[in-house]
Formats: sequence, C-alpha cells, structure tokens
Amino acid sequence: MSDNKTLGEHLRERGVSRRGFMKFCAATASLMALPPAMIPAIAETLQNARRPSVIWLSFQECTGCTESLTRSHAPTVESLIFDYISLDYHHTLQAASGEAAEQAREAAMKENWGKYLLVVDGSIPQRDGGVYSTIAGMTNLEMLQEVAKGAAAIVSVGTCAAFGGLPKADPNPTGAAAVSQIVTDKPIVNIPGCPPIPVAITGVLAQYLTLGKLPEMDHLGRPKAFYGQNIHDRCYRRPFYERGQFAETFDDEGAKKGWCLFKLGCKGPTTYNACATAKWNEGTSFPIQSGHGCIGCSEPDFWDAGGFYKALSVPIGDAAGAITAAAAAAAAAGLAAGAVNRYHKQVAQAAHEPLKVEELSREEKS
Amino acid sequence: MTAETLLTWARGSAFDWAIGIFVFGMVLRLIEVLSLGKKPDLAEGRGSGVKGGLKTIVTRSIPRASVFAREPVRITNGYVFHVGFLLVLLFYGPHIEFIENLTGLSWPALPGGIIAGLGMITMASLVLALIFRLRNPVLRHISTVNDYLAWAVTLLPVLTGYLAYSHAVLPYTAMLALHILSIELLLVVAPFTKLTHMFSFALSRWYQGYQAGYRGIES
Amino acid sequence: MSGPSVEKGINFIREQIDAPVASFFSSCVHCGMCAEACLFYTQTGDPRYTPIYKVEPMRRLWENEFTLWGRIKSTLGIAKKVTEEDFAQWEELVYDGCSLCGRCSLVCPVGNDISGMIRKIREGFSAAGYAPEGLIGATTRAITIGSPMGVRLPALKAQIGHVEKETGIEIPLDRAGAEYMVLLSSMEIMNFPEYLQAIARIMRQAGRTWTISSKAFEATNSGIQIGASDLARELVQRVVDAAEELGVQTVISPECGHAYTAIRWEGPNLIGRPFKFKVRHILEVLDEFREQGLIKTRGKEQARLTFHDPCQLVRKGGVVEQPRHLLDLVAENFVEMTDHGAMNWCCGGGGGVSANERADELRLKAFRQKKSQLDEIGVETLVTACANCRITLEEGLEEYEMDIPVVGLTETLAEHLVEEDQEGQG
Repeated sequence: MSDNKTLGEHLRERGVSRRGFMKFCAATASLMALPPAMIPAIAETLQNARRPSVIWLSFQECTGCTESLTRSHAPTVESLIFDYISLDYHHTLQAASGEAAEQAREAAMKENWGKYLLVVDGSIPQRDGGVYSTIAGMTNLEMLQEVAKGAAAIVSVGTCAAFGGLPKADPNPTGAAAVSQIVTDKPIVNIPGCPPIPVAITGVLAQYLTLGKLPEMDHLGRPKAFYGQNIHDRCYRRPFYERGQFAETFDDEGAKKGWCLFKLGCKGPTTYNACATAKWNEGTSFPIQSGHGCIGCSEPDFWDAGGFYKALSVPIGDAAGAITAAAAAAAAAGLAAGAVNRYHKQVAQAAHEPLKVEELSREEKS
Repeated sequence: MTAETLLTWARGSAFDWAIGIFVFGMVLRLIEVLSLGKKPDLAEGRGSGVKGGLKTIVTRSIPRASVFAREPVRITNGYVFHVGFLLVLLFYGPHIEFIENLTGLSWPALPGGIIAGLGMITMASLVLALIFRLRNPVLRHISTVNDYLAWAVTLLPVLTGYLAYSHAVLPYTAMLALHILSIELLLVVAPFTKLTHMFSFALSRWYQGYQAGYRGIES
Repeated sequence: MSGPSVEKGINFIREQIDAPVASFFSSCVHCGMCAEACLFYTQTGDPRYTPIYKVEPMRRLWENEFTLWGRIKSTLGIAKKVTEEDFAQWEELVYDGCSLCGRCSLVCPVGNDISGMIRKIREGFSAAGYAPEGLIGATTRAITIGSPMGVRLPALKAQIGHVEKETGIEIPLDRAGAEYMVLLSSMEIMNFPEYLQAIARIMRQAGRTWTISSKAFEATNSGIQIGASDLARELVQRVVDAAEELGVQTVISPECGHAYTAIRWEGPNLIGRPFKFKVRHILEVLDEFREQGLIKTRGKEQARLTFHDPCQLVRKGGVVEQPRHLLDLVAENFVEMTDHGAMNWCCGGGGGVSANERADELRLKAFRQKKSQLDEIGVETLVTACANCRITLEEGLEEYEMDIPVVGLTETLAEHLVEEDQEGQG
C-alpha cells in the first residue's frame, strides 16, 4: 500500500473500472439518501480521498467480525476500500506484535490526533476494575478511554461492541458493557450483528470517507441504511406467515416446502438488519433462506431473549413453574378461605333463631 | 429500557407473574365458590341433574327467541365479540404456538389477513358494546367501574395485537411487547373482575341446569 | 335475637349464600338481558327493576364476606356495607317489583338463577322487618288461622255442603287410606267453588278415592311468598302431618302456582326429609287420567281461547304439556300466545305481589305485558290453572276494559265430562 495514493488511484490499480466505481458511488448515494445528482460529487470526493488512519481495538470478542469482513470470497469495491485505509492497529491483521504493536497505536494516535477513526469490536469488562481483559497490561476500559479521546468518531463493529453481546449475556460475569455505555462524548455508530454483514461495515466506512460524517442512525445508533428494515417484512417466506403455514420441525413437510420458520423460533419480526436483502457470501443466501430462523443477532441482549428455537409468542420464563406454584398456593389459600367461609356460615346458622310470625312487622315492636 | 429488553421482560418474568396471579386468582375464586357447598335437593326428582347440568352448559349459549326479538343487535353483538375474540385467540399462528408451548396442543392456523379482519370486527363490536353500556338505561344503571375496567383490558390485547400485526404504530418489537403486556394486564385483572365468568359461567349454568334437570323443568 | 333487626336480616341472607349463589354472582357480566325478560322493567322502563339489581344487597354481602378480595376491602374499610337504608330502599324492588316468575333465570346467558336468589334475599328482608304489610298480614293469617284469606274449617264445610248438594256427590273429609289428598287454595274455597265441584265429578268418573283433610286443606303458603322459611316450614308440616296421618299416596296441589312450588319442591327441603307420599299438580293428575283413559269428554268449547301458563307451573314446575293435552280434549279453537309455555309472561300478581296492596298500581302497569299478548291473538276466553293468576287476570282485564272471561282448566274439563247419569240418556 503506497502512502500517498488517492483512493481513485488505488482502485484503478486493483482493476476496478470507472463503470464499477460509479455503480458503487450510486449505491453509496442511495444508502445516504442523497439525490442522484450528487453521484458525481461523491465520485469526485472519493476519487481524491486520502487514506484515513484507522485504529481497530479488539476487546472481549471472538474475531468473528474481522473474519466476516476479510473472508469475503470475491473482493468487492467495499472490501477494497477497507484495504485502502491505513489500518494502523489491529491485533489480528497487523504484522507487529508486543510492544511494537502498542507503539504503532500510540504513534498513529499522536500523528492523527482528533482525526482518526476508532473501530471497536468486543465488549468492555468493567467489573473489578476491568481486570477480566487486558492488553499489554492495560485494561480494555483504560485503552478505550484513552484512544477514544483523540478519535473523530467511533464505529462499534459487532453486537458485543454495540450492545455488549455474548459477554454481557446474563449473568454477565465480567460486567461487560457496550462502547456507548463508556464513551459518551464522541459520535458513535453501531454496526451490530454476530457478525455484521460485511457491506454494512465497509459501507459505513465508505460514507465516512466520502462525507466525513457518520450516516443517519436509528434509536439504537445503527445506520438506517442497513438496519432500517425489518427482516420479517423483507423475508421471502413472509407469504407463508400470512397464510398461517409454518414449519413445525426442521425436517417436516413444511420445512421442505420452505414455509415460515416462526414456530421454530425465527426472530425476524423483531430484528432489524439487511440480511434478507443484502444477504451473505456475495448475496448467496441468508439464514432463513438456508432453513434456519433468524436469531436476532443485531438486536440488544438477543442472547437473553429466550431460546433461539422458542417462538416469539412463547413465554421464555418458567410459566409452567409459575402455574404449578400458583395453583398449589391457590389450593392452599382456597381451602383455608373455604374453611373460613363455611365457619362464617355455620356461625350465622347457629345464631339463627326461628322466625316467629309476630316478628315480621317492625311497627309492632318499635 | 429498550423495546427489546421490554419484550424480553414481557415474555419472561412478567408473564410468569401474570399467569401466576391469573391461576392463583381463578383457582382461589373457584374453590371459594365450590367450598360453600349446596344442600342436596330432597324433593322427588323427575330426571337427571347431571344431564340437565351438562345440557344447560351448552344450550344456554343460545338466546331465547323472545328476548332475542327484543334486543337483536345487542345480543348479536355479544356473540360477535366473544366469537371474534376467541377466533383471534385460537387461530392465529403465533397464538397457537403459545398454546402449544403451554399445553402441547396444536391445530392449523388461519391466514393473518383473516385474523386481522376478525380483530377489527371484534374491536368494532367491543366499541359498540361500550356504546350500549353508556346509553342503555339498564346497562348504565347496573354498570360499575368493574365493567369498564373489564371492557378496557379486553379491548387492549385486540388493539395492540392488531397494531403489531399491521405495523401501523411503533416498531414491531415495541408493539409486540405492549401486546404481550396488555395480555398480562388482562390476566392479572381477570380474577378480580366479572371476567371470572370465563370459567364460572359453566358452574352457574351447571347449577341451574342441574336443578332443572333433576326437577324436569326447562332451563 | 328477637324482633326484626337489620343484623338479623343480614344474618338470614348470610345463611342463604351457597355455592350456586356464589357462582351466580361470580358469573354476572352485567349484560342486562334479565331486564328484558322482566315485565316490571319492560312495562315501566325503570332500570331499578333489572332483576340482578334487585339482589344487589345480597351480592354485596357475598363479596364482602365470602371472597378474599372482599375481605381485604372490608379490612381496609373500603367495602360498601349493607345497611338499614339498603333494606328500606330495596324492599320495594324485592317484593313489589318481582313476582318470582323466573323468566329472568331462564334467559340469563351465564345461567344465573336470579329469581331463585330473590326468593333467598326475601329471607333477610322478612327477618329484618322489611316486608310489605299485605304479605305480613297474609302470612300472619296463614299461621294463626290456617289460611291467608282467613278461611276456617266451617267455611270450607259450608262450601262442601253446597257442592255436595249441587253435584249429589259426597266430598270425603278426612278419609284415611284414600289415594289422593286434595289441597285447596283459599281463593278456590271462597271465589271459585267450581274447582271443588270439578274435582268431585272427575274423581268419581275416574273411579279414584280421595279426601280433604280438615287439618290441612289450605295449599297456599304465604311463608314462601314473604320468604320466611321458618314459617313456610310450619305450613308445609301441617300438610305433611295430615297426609301421613291419613296415609294417602298422593297429595294434589290445586290450581295455584306457588302452592305447587311450596309443597312439591320446597316442602321436602324445608322439613329436611323426603315425603312419604307423592305430590302432583292437579293438571298432572288429570293428564295421567287422560292417558289412562279415565276421563271421557263430550263436545268441545267453540270459543277462541288461549291458556295462560302460571309461572310456577311452567318455569318452576315443569308442567307444560299437560294443560295442552287436556285442552285438546275440550277446546276446538285453542290458540297459543306468543311466548307461551316456559317463556310465558307473568300475570304480574305472583310471588306475593297480589297480596301486597301497595303494589297494585305497579302490578296493573305490568299487566300491560299480558294485555299486549292477548291483544295480539284476540281470544274470547282465557283459561288458566292458578287461582291467583285468575284473580290478577280478572282485575287486569277489568282495568283495561277487556271483556274476556277467565276460567280454570279443571272446571272447563269437568264441564265436558260424560257423566254416568247422562250416559243413559244418550
């Protein structure tokens, strides 16, 4: 990677045609909801964009997000843009190790103070001073706070960084937290997913490169361009849901016929992501298409939202236990209440003095 | 609290509490009723009390022609919201899944569009029922807070369910959470209102039917 | 506890609360259908006459004392208690505005026996001293004299003498071992002796033995109407003692509605044991005779006539088909009213209403229900099988200037008997 090339030059070197590049620009414009007239301006800006410095911090994570991004089979314009950035610190991808690696980070921070983009994957443990995950003797918490100070913006990649993810799942032993719970004074965009769709990561980076700002976001800080759509609304199996045709098991007739997976626990109705439209592996498929319900991985606390195979309409606590306990308690209380009631009535009957005919009239007595 | 966590709470511990209170309240109330007991009828009988009781549990669902003629709209409307509510409850796919999860029983679902239509009819019918309650002199005279509360907690699940289905208001996650919470409200309130009739109606019909069957009179 | 008091009244109601009552109150959805079945509401439009509302004090007592929720409310002091004011306010609804006709119980969609509960709540009202003067008087006479109308044995004997003279048939008094013991209502003794005459002729033709007890000839039971089981029991006991003393097989309840309910259904439950004899309504007995071919009739009434079903017979008694079978024998132009049989409308005088002078105006208002039923079919004769209905109908018809004679079914049947002495004449 040559340090001084513009993005345009970089792409041309990699054999991206003008036509392919313009197509990407058009897609970017549409993602940002800009009018088509803006496409040439975007192309111009992107052509001449200089490599931005990116620092990628990996905390309590599994590297799945990086894998998602780097394991695309055919290189796309988006992935090439990713190639183009100056990735100054990334555990998995950088060549340097040990102290050299940390020095690279510090150097990049110093050089680009206030301008670099911070990408985080993984959640940050906070319990016990954050001792549950450290890098070079430094807790994740300290490192995030330090690096965030000089960042222009932060991209939380993956559900762990965005919402806490698996480490935060009940009972959350490390006190894991999302980036946004710790850093509150910087623009943050969440790109959740376990892992996120690669195009969502590169798309956001592309937009940031183009306009120098983060995209429009929803109430959970997710770019609306990728997370504005409900999986269920965009699902090709939706007609089966509407008709009431559901697969009951993974190998029944309904499953073979491609019926709706709602009863098998599909979380499509409560999940906002681009899987149903962007799909995975170069648009090959997505979980529902391959016969498995959506697990809702781009939503906060999806690990704790009951089992993956429990339908959304099904209680996820211990309803049977509650019913049994309540019935037992009611039986005990009922027998007690019944005894009290019967006693109350017996007392009334014992107090009964046969009514005499001369007692019928009030007037005579008073 | 986000919609997602609200939904998880609604499906989790909130539901456990709600169903627990419902079961506790209903079982307690039924035991309270039954434990009061009933003296045996010492008069010479003409027929079977058991047959009469069972028969009346069924036949009392059909109105007497002479009363129906007096209030055809009100009575029909009563059917509409009862049947509509039950159809929506029992034949929407996700509801069947809910029932299957609790009981192991399952049956085919009706298309969502039909359920949505039934939901709308049910709501319209409930609104009409409220209008009757507010305007009919008898209903106005005998109605208490209890009646309006029972009406509201019956309407809410249908309304929120319809809104969740139609994606008309709020994101689905939030609406689904509200839908489930409204059902939980219904469950919690039911044992303390006239909604106990959902079970006790059978007891009442049984008692009258039993006496009628034993005495050989109509009921 | 002596003398009427609210505490006593409340306690009497408390004793009445059993599982059926608790289930009825648990089930009521305030649908208001019972009002549509009640002639006191339909004819006045006053929602206070809504049947379930008439038992509101009882409902409150049940809720406050027999439900956990109500107990909590009572403990917290937020429960609405039953007060003397309630007794004063509800007395009119419970007695004047209800004839215990049972129509409401039959239409209640959740199956509540509302009229059964009104019967029960009257226990409390009578014990609290909140019963109408008219009913107190009738009950007092029933207990002390033996008849609500004050009819004593000499009066009956005089009537028997007349009937015997007229028919030439002996009326057997206190005959031990007879098959049937016939009860009479005071009204039949005083106003409609044709009933006794008819019985005598029919029994002779059927060849059955029967008797009247001098100790217990009165069938009506004011205790049931005022809702005082203790007094009703005493009246029932007189009949039971007499019947068992004479060793009869069957006691025949006369053309009276509540008398049948009193002796047939409430009787054994009041004295706490099954009877050693059967109880039948006169119409049941006559229909049995008809079935057995014991009644021979000749000719039919040509007048267009209809039958007014006494509430206590059709709804509480299950005597529905018998009068129709019997009318088939003797009536050419029998037409049914709309809402006949089990859904027939009350005359308005049952359940003690006719004995309660205070309720006269309301009763005549309620009679318009019957009037419209009659107007609809335009009959020349009205047949019934209850002396109390008969009087109430006659008064109502007179009030509304309707010229329709009211007759008893038994006497109508007797008029067409083919009697032995006539048989010879061909």
